[in-house]
Amino acid sequence: MSDTKVVTESKSKPVKSFDVGSWLIPIIAVLVAMFIAAILIKLQGSNPITAYKSLFKTAFGSLEGIGLTLGKSTPLVLSGLAVAVGLRAGLFNIGAQGQLLSGALAAAWAGVTFDGLPGYIHIPIALIAGAFFGSIVAGISGFLKAYRGVHEVITTIMLNSIVMAIADYLASHQLREPDQFLTRTSEILPSAKMPIYSHLPLGFFIAVALALLIWWILGRTTSGFRIETVGRNRHAAWYAGISVKKTVISAMLISGAIAGLGGAVETLGITYRYAPAFNLGLGFDGITIALLGRVHPLGIIPGAILIGGMRAGAANMQFDSGVAPELVDLLMALILLLVTAPLITRFFKNNSNKSMTSGWGN
Amino acid sequence: MSALLEVNGITKRYPGVIANDNVSLTVNAGEVVALLGENGAGKSTLLKAVFGLIKPDSGEIKIGGTPIVFGDTAGVISRGVGMVHQHFQLVPVMTVAENLILGDEPKRGLFINQKSAREEIITLSKRYGLEVDPDAVIEDLPVGMQQRVEILKALRKDVKLLILDEPTAVLTPQEIDELIQVIRNLAKSGVGVVLITHKLHEVMAVADRVVVLRGGKLVGTTSPKETDEAGLAQMMVGRSVVLQVNRTEAKRGGVVLEVKGLEVRDDRKIMSVKGVDLTLHKGEILGVAGVEGNGQRELVEAICGMRHRETGNVLINGVATKDMAPHAVHEAGISHIPEDREKHGLVANYTIADNLVLNQFDQEPFAKGWIRNLGEVAKNADKLVEKFDIRTPSAFNTAGSLSGGNKQKVVVARELSEELPVLVAAQPTRGVDVGSIEFIHNQLISARDNGAGVLLVSAELDEILSLSDRIAVMSDGKIVAIVESKDADRNYIGRLMAGLKE
Repeated sequence: MSDTKVVTESKSKPVKSFDVGSWLIPIIAVLVAMFIAAILIKLQGSNPITAYKSLFKTAFGSLEGIGLTLGKSTPLVLSGLAVAVGLRAGLFNIGAQGQLLSGALAAAWAGVTFDGLPGYIHIPIALIAGAFFGSIVAGISGFLKAYRGVHEVITTIMLNSIVMAIADYLASHQLREPDQFLTRTSEILPSAKMPIYSHLPLGFFIAVALALLIWWILGRTTSGFRIETVGRNRHAAWYAGISVKKTVISAMLISGAIAGLGGAVETLGITYRYAPAFNLGLGFDGITIALLGRVHPLGIIPGAILIGGMRAGAANMQFDSGVAPELVDLLMALILLLVTAPLITRFFKNNSNKSMTSGWGN
Repeated sequence: MSALLEVNGITKRYPGVIANDNVSLTVNAGEVVALLGENGAGKSTLLKAVFGLIKPDSGEIKIGGTPIVFGDTAGVISRGVGMVHQHFQLVPVMTVAENLILGDEPKRGLFINQKSAREEIITLSKRYGLEVDPDAVIEDLPVGMQQRVEILKALRKDVKLLILDEPTAVLTPQEIDELIQVIRNLAKSGVGVVLITHKLHEVMAVADRVVVLRGGKLVGTTSPKETDEAGLAQMMVGRSVVLQVNRTEAKRGGVVLEVKGLEVRDDRKIMSVKGVDLTLHKGEILGVAGVEGNGQRELVEAICGMRHRETGNVLINGVATKDMAPHAVHEAGISHIPEDREKHGLVANYTIADNLVLNQFDQEPFAKGWIRNLGEVAKNADKLVEKFDIRTPSAFNTAGSLSGGNKQKVVVARELSEELPVLVAAQPTRGVDVGSIEFIHNQLISARDNGAGVLLVSAELDEILSLSDRIAVMSDGKIVAIVESKDADRNYIGRLMAGLKE
């Protein structure tokens, strides 16, 4: 009955190209950044090889080290993913920091408040609370962008300060740990603490699963197609009947939810409470990681592990080689610079409609 | 005396294609050379090589007898090569004089010497017979006048060789006639002119020599004396092209689209469609002729739900459509080939396959509920790439990698694949090569023969005349006349377009 066989094969195969060339940029960026940093270490009078060896041995040399690395990587995967989802929709969400803080605080509140629940209920509730509040914070920017035309860079960065101030206020008043001198919330209940399986933290697997989910949504679903289309050409999206406003808002809601989840995972898995300045910078690291991962949901994971590993190994590096842990910040700054330089030149190349050669012939 | 421009055996290879294959070309002072070729024929590569923007694999380019150095674009410009782009590079809020002196202002102390600037402009425009009002603000000027300012800008820099890139694409028939006169004057005063165009009758009208490129190769040099339009077209595409469209009598059916009392504002909030009534029947092509900027764009966008309708209604098969809802209007039965394919019609870094379902991506069979069916998207792409002769190695190349004509075929393929009752085609062949024009024209006619009502809006009067069954002439936001195409007379319609009464 071969003649009844339905031919579903397409002649031209989707060239879902894993474009090796484009992934060379981040790899080279990391190597060059490490080389430049090595020169600085040398100038400082320390041995860069000892420093790097200690850094990476601590981070990846043992199961314990890997566990620590993955713990540090988890919020980075999520904040990177949050920034990436925004960028896919053409939105530069630099407010991941604020969204993450609101998620961290919300999770701390939920972790303290809901007593008597089993872990498998308590943890999801706390995670959802974090995602929800992160989403709300980002949604404000999304709404302002869609309906008032206010640029998201302005609103997200302003909301960072607003959220931080509100969170610190709450942590020092209503949500403050009773009878304590320190400004911080109480420790979350044991039922809200995320389990660690022989050094490997549950949060990391949640983050990876979410990255896979986002990758699938962007590539395979109609909602993903809407986000991608709005990000690449919002005029064409409007013409094609996609509501640009709705898409902008929903992309910001998703982005904020992921960032909020990042904060929640940090609270439930590592800090066990909210305290001002505990999570500083995680949201901004997300920008570096999103760009290092070429704004690809899966590309973010190795980027986050690398940075997380450096953070995990920094203290030991200082002990072994005398190099200050701030080296990691220096490395990140260098990486960001080197990764964005080609991206920026390409952006201007693609958008240089006024260049001499545009419109010639074709 | 050596030639202004000598191109000797230029070859440029890109991975997979030879963009220029041993191309040679000479332009002398006082000569008008038309560079003719389909999109992707290699005109663009050749020009980039002339400006030193790309390095040819072999061959040599000389300007005024001296070879140019790769990368020395400034040097090429300083040797008197000027270019007028398709997209003008003027500051809209500044006056003509201010635009002309921009970058090289006559100064008095710290200030611009307005008086000597004005005088210089007036002398310049008199010398070349290009009259402009130095005090007019650019954005108030018609397109043809803006183009003059662009040409003057080049002439002010002592241009010996002037390259005009599709200069007539945006002009009215009258403005085109004036431009042809200007080009002749320039040549008379000793300027060498290279004219890049798709429009064969302009080539016939103005060129001394015609150089035809095809597939990167120079296929011939001829002159209007030795050939005719059909001959040129054949050289361009390598086969005979029927420029006159073969079209049977329309089998006109019931009304499919009604536009009633439509009023629309343009981007500057000025009323630009001032009470338009139209009826479009099943199985006919209704052409809307008009000089650009007389409300056609706004009319099309309002019909397609992309621009707010101040008053009035758009009905499809008697049912009113929603305002400002492209998706709803599309679902109600309007396909739309948008005027600006780069902005609205395509997502450049999406694959051709994704672009072919751009406005159907969430409908069966391309999606089932929330999940896209990429297999169906690919099958659809293969089918349409073949049917619409889209020239690409694969349906999974990006749309941005295609030439202009093939990009437009992607849009046309998508819009015709659904067979909706109404097709609105806005400037469907703008910037498209001859071979693709013919193909697109035939597709429009077959859509009509399959029972669609086609609303064709075009600035090309010839296109309107050869395709339409009825012609509506639009001027100053109003439909000033509707004529049966068999009664249509080119001059009469041209006068109506220009706003002249009878």
